[in-house]
Amino acid sequence: MPTATRREFLKIGVAGASALAAAGLGFDDAVAESTKIQQQLRIAGAKELHSVCPYCAVGCSLVAYTRQNSDGKVELLQIEGDPDSPVNEGRLCPKGATAMQLAVSPRRVESPQYRAPGATGWKSVSWDFVLDKIAQNIKASRDATFVATDGNGNTVNRTEGIAFAGGAAFSSEEGYFATKLMRSLGLVHLEQQARV
Amino acid sequence: MTNHWRDIKNADLILINGANPAEAHPVGFQWFMRAKLDRGAKIVHADPRFTRTSAVADTYLRIRTGTDVAYFGGLINHVLQNNLFHDVYVRNYTNASFLVKDGYAFSDGLFSGYNASTRSYNIASWSYDTDAATGFAKRDLTLQNPRSVFQLMKQHYSRYTPDVVSSITGIPVDDFNKVADLVGQMGKPDKVMTIVYAVGLTHHTTGGQLIRSGAVLQLLLGNMGRPGGGMNAERGHANIQGNTDHAISWEILPGYLKIPAPGQKTIADYVAQSAPKKSDPNSWNFFGLNYGKFMVSTLKGWYGAAATKSNEFAFNFIPKPASNASWMTIYDQALKGKMEGLMLSGMTAASIGPDSNQVRQALANLKWLVVMDALPTTSSEFWHAPGVDAGQVKTEVFMLPATHWIEKDGSFVNSGRWSQWKDQVIPPQGQARHDHWILADIFQRVKALYKSGGGKFPDPIMSLTFDYKDPTKPELDEIAKEINGKDLGTGKQMTSFANLKDDGTTTTGDWIYTGSYLDSGNLMKRRAGIQDPKANDPTGMGFYAGWAWSWPLNRRVMYNRASADLDGKAWDPSRPGITWNGKSWVGDVPDYPATMDPHDPAAWLPFIMNGEGVGRLFSNGMVDGPFPEHYEPIESPVANPLHAANSASPVAFLYDKAAGRPDRFGTATEFPYIATSYRLTEHEHYVTQHVPHLVQLQPKPFVEIPAELAGTKGIKSGDRVRVSSKRGKVEVLALVTKRLGPMTVAGQTVYQIGIPIHWGYVGISADSDPSHGRYWLANALTPFVGDANARTPEFKAFLVNLEKI
Repeated sequence: MPTATRREFLKIGVAGASALAAAGLGFDDAVAESTKIQQQLRIAGAKELHSVCPYCAVGCSLVAYTRQNSDGKVELLQIEGDPDSPVNEGRLCPKGATAMQLAVSPRRVESPQYRAPGATGWKSVSWDFVLDKIAQNIKASRDATFVATDGNGNTVNRTEGIAFAGGAAFSSEEGYFATKLMRSLGLVHLEQQARV
Repeated sequence: MTNHWRDIKNADLILINGANPAEAHPVGFQWFMRAKLDRGAKIVHADPRFTRTSAVADTYLRIRTGTDVAYFGGLINHVLQNNLFHDVYVRNYTNASFLVKDGYAFSDGLFSGYNASTRSYNIASWSYDTDAATGFAKRDLTLQNPRSVFQLMKQHYSRYTPDVVSSITGIPVDDFNKVADLVGQMGKPDKVMTIVYAVGLTHHTTGGQLIRSGAVLQLLLGNMGRPGGGMNAERGHANIQGNTDHAISWEILPGYLKIPAPGQKTIADYVAQSAPKKSDPNSWNFFGLNYGKFMVSTLKGWYGAAATKSNEFAFNFIPKPASNASWMTIYDQALKGKMEGLMLSGMTAASIGPDSNQVRQALANLKWLVVMDALPTTSSEFWHAPGVDAGQVKTEVFMLPATHWIEKDGSFVNSGRWSQWKDQVIPPQGQARHDHWILADIFQRVKALYKSGGGKFPDPIMSLTFDYKDPTKPELDEIAKEINGKDLGTGKQMTSFANLKDDGTTTTGDWIYTGSYLDSGNLMKRRAGIQDPKANDPTGMGFYAGWAWSWPLNRRVMYNRASADLDGKAWDPSRPGITWNGKSWVGDVPDYPATMDPHDPAAWLPFIMNGEGVGRLFSNGMVDGPFPEHYEPIESPVANPLHAANSASPVAFLYDKAAGRPDRFGTATEFPYIATSYRLTEHEHYVTQHVPHLVQLQPKPFVEIPAELAGTKGIKSGDRVRVSSKRGKVEVLALVTKRLGPMTVAGQTVYQIGIPIHWGYVGISADSDPSHGRYWLANALTPFVGDANARTPEFKAFLVNLEKI
């Protein structure tokens, strides 16, 4: 085999069969030809970053390509399997392969939404509005349901009337941080997807 | 997983129960196929439904859902009756030789110590016969003593004959015997089997004991701790592993330390009631010895200067729950009017259930609900779901737009415990904010309210460490460093949890991650992968020690001292885990002191994390029995052939009954068919209802109906059908299939119906449906009951009726 590295070989693969066909399967020619074609790829000149698939816990590594456009906006161009990973060796399932449609979506919630008790619709509100209200709710519910000492005289310092659930989509560090904060608020009802 | 994805290629036999990796974990499944294609491994798939996993398996067993304890029990009995166990391993590396004290007994489906009025066991009799002088367990290495674990176990499992197993599981006797023969060969030292399962195997009232059954079988065959072996849970969400490790779970603190209990006043009380106790002179009891150090270092990390020796390192800052506070309990408390507020992040209670209609009632009983998610969920929208009068729902609801995984950095931990760092690829879309920034900001506002207005016990809130450059915007890199922990004297990052102290001079956020982020940098970012296999995987075993970082201490196969024999040689030299080279242990990162000579009479036993030092065939760690026992699902069409008087689990917690609510369980008279639920390749739970390509691939909700049953009801593929349970209904399309079929169980014919879980009243499909997906929630059918140990809901075995609409 010529001196192309595995990564270069993959790029040749990406460049398409036309290069190989045009060169009559002459592999050396194909390398030269593909170098030119690569300049036209959607990911040409893109920034290459690493991620991990957001779905099941096989932990397939992803390569993500981005480019900063002239308006300063960062555009996500492509997500594909990372060929270096000992876990997935570049492969992805239908979910991982369409991860771009999860990453960038017109269906995203664009701003904080608030629905008052009994209201029949959402209201778009500011972050300050929701964060203040939630902080007040947490304090009120904590103070109303806090048990400092149980019936046997044991110090238990627990908040019985607030629960927190979630986390399987958190980065680990976010999950740890949530545990640290929620336990310090006295929560005992703390759960995520492990049981369900 | 005790092992990891790539390691499955090292197996000779792959036993898969209930799981469907070819469809639910397709890319991980390549390692199953590598084992089959490269080394001729056999795959045995036991599942109610013939799936793509079955299609490439060497043997497919159609099993009745919820009966895997009997299936494993039959395999264990086969191994014991025919002396096919790994003799040296069983004598030396398990508690087979330990003697059990008089008083332990099992009769007619009940273990000793049962209290019918509390539906619970007093487990005092489930313990070892100890030597009065040393306090250690008595042992009989000949395994002949009738009170030895080995003999008690042999007696317990003798009831699981092939005929009995067949009558419970529905697996024909001949098919079962063929699999038993294959499994029996795996006790030879040069053979190794892996057991692979997913969360579905835990979704039974016997869920914990199902998993234990597999572990018992693996210990008998000498397959724990070995490459190609182990108990391997394929986890279902990108970072469910990492966030279990970090204890978003009511009963633990980070690193699987128990949550303290009422009555414990000091660290010493806590350790005495929580840590494993040494029960053999050669047991190191590493976890038990260090339990207090891990706890104190965590408290010091959280409460800093406020955690001092004189105040027991702020032990009273940690809440102490009165009783179970798990997933179903949250909604049970809400139904009772005792839960005021709920925060949900990346998780939708309304779809997950169980008993979604009851859960939605619980949401309506809350004062306030906060949903943090990138996309709308069935929980954020529950108050105006189809058929709901929004004006009547008094819950105050907040929907906070959170960022996606690709808009932030941080690590994801896969099923194999590999913690892989990811980059922030793109900036947040719209006004979306990171979950941890939202939580940090809320916390700071709560703190300000306590500071200005006072309130109940603000001490833990006031003194919580927040050593971040911006307290409302902590960087995940800063938190990763914190999790690793540091030496407060030198300021250096800790390199191993073995160096953590209980005097307040060290910190950690989660001791099992100590060693992941050193002064030299973040090891989770490492990328020495298959671009250079010779350099990056020198043993060829697939450890790839320079790719990311795995807990604990970058070990790739847990309990790996058991991969070597008494002399430290690999059981199979072609597949070494760790081996003794005369001076030290080499290979994988040893789960053992690196230079402990195995020939030293004082050498530690192989399993350093429990008090015995050996694997537990008999255990008092479960609330429903020291040995697994088959019980029928709460809803079952047949009585338990082993003990009809105690047919279902006698200790499963019945929420509705305990709360005085009406019974929501059905009987076979009204609901004659067994149902189970599962995922499809193209969807993951509910979030993919927002992904156009995936909705195109699997656009509409359906149920799978066995052809024979469909025939009797005149149902054809594409017809609309109603599947109902005592709790609710789904109205979806029928898919008539031969993948499911009639089974003979306890002498009668039973049918199983399959229900994919993915649809609801939110998403692209629902938007284009006239009813807006009103009756699409699969978990409207499932029962509000769970495993006695873990309270995992019984999602996978319940009764329904089926009608053509």
